[in-house]
This record gives sequence, C-alpha cells and structure tokens, in this order.
Amino acid sequence: MLSIRNIVKQYANHRALDNVSIEVEKGSIFGLLGPNGAGKTSLIRIINQITAPDHGEIFLNGEKLNPSHVSTIGYLPEERGLYKKMEIGEQMLYLAQLKGLSKSDATARIKFWFQKMEIQSWWNKKVEDLSKGMQQKVQFIATVVHDPKLIILDEPFSGFDPVNAQLITNEILELNSKGATIIFSTHRMESVEQLCDSIALIHKSKKILDGKVKDIRNLYRNNSYRIAFTGKLNTPTNQMFSINNEKIEDGITHLTILIDPKFSVNDLLNFLIPQVQITELSEIIPSMNDIFIQNVKN
Amino acid sequence: MNKTLLIIKREYFSRVKKKSFLIMTFLVPMLIIGMYALIFALSMNGGDNIPTVEVIDESGIFERAFDDKKAVNFEISELSLTEAKKKVINNEDAFVLYIPKNISTGGSIEMFAQKKAGLSVISSIERQLNDQMRIKLLKDAGIDSETLDKIKPNLSVVSKELTIEGEKDSSSGAAMAVGFAAAILIYMSLFIYGIQVMRGIIEEKTSRIVEVVISSVKPFQLMMGKIIGIGLVGLTQFMLWIVLSASLMTVATTILFKDKVEQVKSEMPMGKQVEAVATNGPGMDIVKAVQTVQWTYILPVFIIFFFGGYMLYSALFAAVGSAVESDTETQQFMLPITLPLLFTYIMSFSFIVNNPDSSLSFWLSIIPFTSPIAMMVRLPFGVPNWELALSIFLLIGGFIFTTWVASRIYRVGILMYGKKVSFKELGKWFMYKE
Repeated sequence: MLSIRNIVKQYANHRALDNVSIEVEKGSIFGLLGPNGAGKTSLIRIINQITAPDHGEIFLNGEKLNPSHVSTIGYLPEERGLYKKMEIGEQMLYLAQLKGLSKSDATARIKFWFQKMEIQSWWNKKVEDLSKGMQQKVQFIATVVHDPKLIILDEPFSGFDPVNAQLITNEILELNSKGATIIFSTHRMESVEQLCDSIALIHKSKKILDGKVKDIRNLYRNNSYRIAFTGKLNTPTNQMFSINNEKIEDGITHLTILIDPKFSVNDLLNFLIPQVQITELSEIIPSMNDIFIQNVKN
Repeated sequence: MNKTLLIIKREYFSRVKKKSFLIMTFLVPMLIIGMYALIFALSMNGGDNIPTVEVIDESGIFERAFDDKKAVNFEISELSLTEAKKKVINNEDAFVLYIPKNISTGGSIEMFAQKKAGLSVISSIERQLNDQMRIKLLKDAGIDSETLDKIKPNLSVVSKELTIEGEKDSSSGAAMAVGFAAAILIYMSLFIYGIQVMRGIIEEKTSRIVEVVISSVKPFQLMMGKIIGIGLVGLTQFMLWIVLSASLMTVATTILFKDKVEQVKSEMPMGKQVEAVATNGPGMDIVKAVQTVQWTYILPVFIIFFFGGYMLYSALFAAVGSAVESDTETQQFMLPITLPLLFTYIMSFSFIVNNPDSSLSFWLSIIPFTSPIAMMVRLPFGVPNWELALSIFLLIGGFIFTTWVASRIYRVGILMYGKKVSFKELGKWFMYKE
C-alpha cells in the first residue's frame, strides 16, 4: 500500500529523518512509534505532501506520490484545529470539498457521519461553542469523510474521554475492516498492542525497529516467567533460574523469574511440583512499552 | 484551481456575512452624506448662532461700516465702554468692539467678550474695518466715492480643461479632492485589508486548521485564496459605498431642494433633475463641482491601483502573519511594510500636491511600493497615458514579485510553532528548497 524509501529530511541545523524506509501493508493497522521529536510528524507531513523530502521516494499503491493522492488520504493532525467561528456543517462541507468531493456527495457523507456519531443537531453550531471532546469528534469526521483508502492519525486518542476513545477505536476498526489502511502515530503503547498489526519505531531521526507486533514481542522474549504458588520453595542449586521479584500475598508467593537458557519450562515444572502447590505459571512476553523504553534507552 | 476558488469563496462569504461588514457598508455612506449635509447646511445658514457685536466707535470713522451682517450682527452702541463690558459678561454670544479715538494715529482696536471670538468673526470684522479704512484713506487722498465704486474689480478664475473634444468646465478643486480622497482610501484600505489577511493567517496558524487544509491544497493556493477573497471583500465594500453614496446623495439633494425640484419636475427628464437643481440652488457649487469630475476615468484607475497595491502589500502581510503566532509579535515585521506607505502618504500631501510633475513625484507614482497612493494624488493634475501604463505594468510585476517572496516564507512559516522569529530566520525560510 505505502512504500517509504530512503527518506531524508534536512532542516537548517538538524536532520529530521535520516534514511528512513518503511513498508505499510494494505489493509493493516500500522503504528508509527517514537518519542517526542523523533521525526514522526516530519514523516507524516511528507506522506501528506505538506512538505517534500530532500531525498528518497514514496509510493502509494505502486504509484509515485503525487497531488492526485490527496483525495485518497485522510489526515488527523496531532494539533487539532478547526475554524472557530465557522458553523460545523459548513466547515465539514468546505474541508470535504477541498479533498475533492462534489458538494452533493460531501453533504450526503457528512449527514451519514453526523448520524452515525449522533451529532445531527450540531450542524449549525459554531466550533467555539463545542467542548474539546466534541471538537475531536467533528475533526475525526473531517478526516474520514471523503472515504480515504489511507488514514493517518497522529495521536488520535489524546483529548478523548474513555467513552469517546472507545467510540473512535471502534470506528477505526470498522474502517479498517472495510479495507482502509490505517497508520497511527502514538506513544501510548497500550493502544499499539490493542490495535496495531505492525509497527515502526523511529528514534533520533532513524528507524530503529520495525515489523509485526507479534514477531517483535517474540523477538524480545527473554525467558522471563511469572509463577505463583503456596508452600515453601528451596532455591535451586543448579542455578536453573534467578529471581527478579518476590511478593507474598494472602499466603501465595508471586515470583518473577528468569530461566537459564540451558533449561526448559518442563525442567522448571519438575523442580517445582515436588515442593509447592502451583497456582499460576506464565511466560512474560515483553510489552511494547518495555520494548519501546528498552530501545529508546540504548 | 478549483480548490483555490473554494478557498476564495470561503474567505469572501465568511466575511461578507459578518455583521461588521454590513454595518461598515451602511455607516460609511451615511457619514459621507452626513458630511455633505453639514456642508450644505453651513453654506446655506452661515453657521449657528450669529454673534452680536456692540460697536463703540469713538473715532467716528466707521459709522457706516458694518453693513455686511452675514456672519456677524453689528450694533452701533451708545453705551460707554464699561457699561458695554458689563452687558456682555453674562452673554456668551455678545462681543464689544472698542475703537479708540486715536485709531488713525496708531491706536489699537480691542474686542471684549466672555469667551474668545471665533476666527470667522474676527476676520469678518477685520476685513470690514480694513475696507472702511481704505475707503476713508482713499477719500482723504482725493478720490470720490463714485470713482471708487467704478474701480471696484470683481475677478475670479474659471478653470477650463482642454481636451480633444474642446474646452469644458472643470473644477480642479473637486478633482483634487477626489484624488486625495482616493489616495487616503487606498492608504487606509491597504492597512485594513492587509491586516485582515494577516489576522486570518494567524488565526489559521494558531487554531492549527492550516495543517488540515494544506494536506488538501498547496500552501500557495491557500495564501492566494485568502488574499484574493479578502481583496474581493474590499472591492465589494467600495462598490456598495459608491452605489449607496450616489443614491443617498440623489435622495438627499432631492429632499434638500424639494421646492426647486417640484418646479423643474415637469420640464425635465429624470436624469437632468439633479443637474438642474444644482445650477439653480444656493450653495450648489459642490454638487456642480462633483459633476465635473471624470468619474469614468478616475474610478477604473482607482480600482486598478487599489487592487494592485492591495495584492502587493497583502502578500507581505501574509508573510508576516505566517511567521508569528499572535498579533503582538507582528510589531517588528510591520515597520518595513508601513514605512513606504507612510512615507508616500506624507509626501503626497506635502510635496506631490505642490509639484505633481516633478521628477520625484513621477518616480513615486511609478515605483510599485509607492505608486498606489502617489498616482491617485497626481491623477487630477493630468498624467500621461504612458506613465499610467508603465506604473500599472510595474505594479503588476511588483505584486507578482512580493507574492513569490511571501509564498516562500509562508509555506515554512505556517508550520513553524513556538519559535521566536527574526528577519534572519525569514531569510533562511526564503532560501529553503521545496
């Protein structure tokens, strides 16, 4: 769907993007991750043709990115903004027409979305009369009203209360199931695990990690396990595992352990069963949050 | 192009629909008409309260002097000076004019009143005293009053304009007034609409809508759409002012001179009525003069120079708007924009007016940054067509140039937040590649 190849963006005294290449599969939900100032917004602006790269190329469905692609991309910027003194209906109409929709098409689609979001009565309201959360809803509609094939959301959940965040999440999933490819940029990792198929991590202008979320998390597995049991456990003499964390609650011992690569989970079980009553054993697969922090720190 | 049109439409209608636009549209013609009405009223009634002047003439020279009572009502008083003073101390509109006996030998005339007399009163008195004195001195020199009456000249200059079709009446006063008014109007509207462009851009930048919009259109389209849209608002406003003023004027003159109109109504076709009234009515010099102005020449030139000047300056205002995040930050960038305008404005009314054909005036009316104002002032004095054409040509070139410079700054500026911007920084932005 989207192929970003060797993008370089140089500002006067710093390089915002340094040879970044990313592939986004059609129909996927893609997370663009990175700490603040990593270059995410620069990349998103380039995809939106707001700025041009100094070097490198971007292909959308095999075609080199060009102005005609504007109508196939929907963009929700991190810093939300609407004309404060303009009526909402009129404003939506304007933004949709700028994306290339005819007036009648735009009107129909806006009405559809207003109905879906249950905000039909807002048509003649001015933006300045709405709460922040309400403005976000309107802005989301502005992003998707022209039925874009590629939707780029920069920090889509900031400013939403949990109810509306869920509402928007559902809308995103529905759009995705209808075939839209979704890129979202965020540093909220829980939403990444929940939604994304693949990610790319950008740090200090460079891409330092990318791939499927599942693969990446597997890659970062380090034989860490969580066990819970009742009874008394002797420390193993063969250094089968080391204990990272120990906690006793209501007579149940919770341990976080790191198993030595020479041993397997079965070895661990064989060691545990004679001594204690096991209530829980699970592998700790590092969260995206951990991976993120680990990568950014190094 | 289609999208630019959308932007123009939004900019235009969002402003034209505003209450403030409607208010301005009606208020300004009302003010113009109000001013006319005031001038008429003054010229017909000779002002408000006519002050009374008690004349105590100890010299006896001016006995038959004060017969012109248009502006001042003179009364020869039998009272003594102290009595007269007492009389006026409680009356605002009363004066005492004291002419001492030794006036011929250098005594000074004095005037007493509760408050200082107005300029028109003093000058009226002075003129009449001097006339009378001159007559007395001439008589003393042996010229009798009959001879004096005979040699009283009454000259005035009638200004005629030579055109190919022949001579015609022209009032250089009215033409000049129109030229000045046009220059002032352009000067003011360059600021008013230029600042609207700047504010609009600051609003888009601070509300961050700009990022949404320029993901759909090019920054240049957004900038041009805004500039053209607001420019059209300006033109609409002017057109409405002209139409409204003209129709209100017609109505006003009709009401003011109703009796005369009744008289000519049956004999005259509609269009001629006002003119007929104008030639007959008292204090109608103004209306007459207004009609001698070549509106069909001045109006199009005015519109061209307004729009050209507006395009040139508003592009600069746009660049400033894109570089800052609030009105207060605009100060440092405004100076280079306001300076040439202010300079031309001052030069227009101090120099160009007196030397419309000097080489400095010529250059001021040719250089694009100063021509919109300077040309308007020169226009009533006659400007050769080639100069006009050259000036317009350069003005178009000028605004293409400033638009180009501004758009290069604009495209970077609108996405730049939280940065204190200097001229050096603007220069850097200008140099950026796409």
